Amino acid sequence: MSRIKVNDELREVTLPITLTELIQQDNIVPDMVSVQINGTLLERAKYDDTAVSEGDEIDFLFFMGGGSL
Amino acid sequence: MMDFTPDQIERYSRHILLQDVGVEGQEKIHNGKVLVIGAGGLGAPVLMYLAAAGVGSIGIIDGDVVDLSNLQRQIIHFTADVGKPKVLSAKEKIQAINPDVNVTTFHDLFTAANAFDLIRDYDFIVDGTDTFPVKFLINDACVLAGKPFSHGGILRFDGQTMTHLPGTACYRCAFHSPPPPNAVPTCSQAGVLGAIAGMLGTIQAAETLKFLTGAGEPMVNRLLSFNAKTMNFRTVKLHRDDNCPVCGKHPSVTELSESEQAACDLKKH
Repeated sequence: MSRIKVNDELREVTLPITLTELIQQDNIVPDMVSVQINGTLLERAKYDDTAVSEGDEIDFLFFMGGGSL
Repeated sequence: MMDFTPDQIERYSRHILLQDVGVEGQEKIHNGKVLVIGAGGLGAPVLMYLAAAGVGSIGIIDGDVVDLSNLQRQIIHFTADVGKPKVLSAKEKIQAINPDVNVTTFHDLFTAANAFDLIRDYDFIVDGTDTFPVKFLINDACVLAGKPFSHGGILRFDGQTMTHLPGTACYRCAFHSPPPPNAVPTCSQAGVLGAIAGMLGTIQAAETLKFLTGAGEPMVNRLLSFNAKTMNFRTVKLHRDDNCPVCGKHPSVTELSESEQAACDLKKH
């Protein structure tokens, strides 16, 4: 098991794992989330090809659209 | 220095008492011009607090009329206002709260065609809209025109906000492009706890007043999000992204377009 941080919380994952797989583990639709890995924003098109590494600090930023209606 | 009347000194006394505001800061608020886009869940508390604070000029743009289902959270609108344009309903309340405020209303949608004209005369813009195409449009218009703005979004029990000043991370630095249509539900689809609108809107109002007075540090290069079920607040650091489509090194967004708006049908009642 390898340790990473997701939204400031420690998590153990089995590598190799892609970012898309990690997102889906949380029952999140990849289209609904913007992702920073170690502080750098990743384009959504790259989620499938991005491997998570030991020690990565990953932030899920969720689209939140409400407000007016 | 402008001369506040004794009534104004009394009205704004709790601001004037603040070391970071004082008479000078209150004068800046009085001279401030703020455009609030959307007079709904977020716009309601933003407008009410800005009005109470004595912001001299407030612009409101919203193309909707008040609906019964709005009243659970859009506290600037009352039961008797159902059917009335939201901008009109909001203006009446603002004038009742504080006659010092000069209100300009636009009963219209915020579009690529009118964006620059609308924001030009204002010092600070508040995003209180609920569709992604418009949120991205507000970001692009403000970045391209060099205008500061506050982004706000709410959904279910969650809220998120960030402040952008020219040169700092923009909304596209965190969310490059709108999500595919219908990937993310809106409040009208998924619901929202009414008080969440107040929590998030008052943060946006506070950021606006901080900007106008220069008090404290604006919430730039940070995305604040909270979940009211746990009442956990979280701040994620943002960086200006070299690959940002609008403020990066090789921007693809150099003018405003309506295309993204037409491609999205999130706005379903």
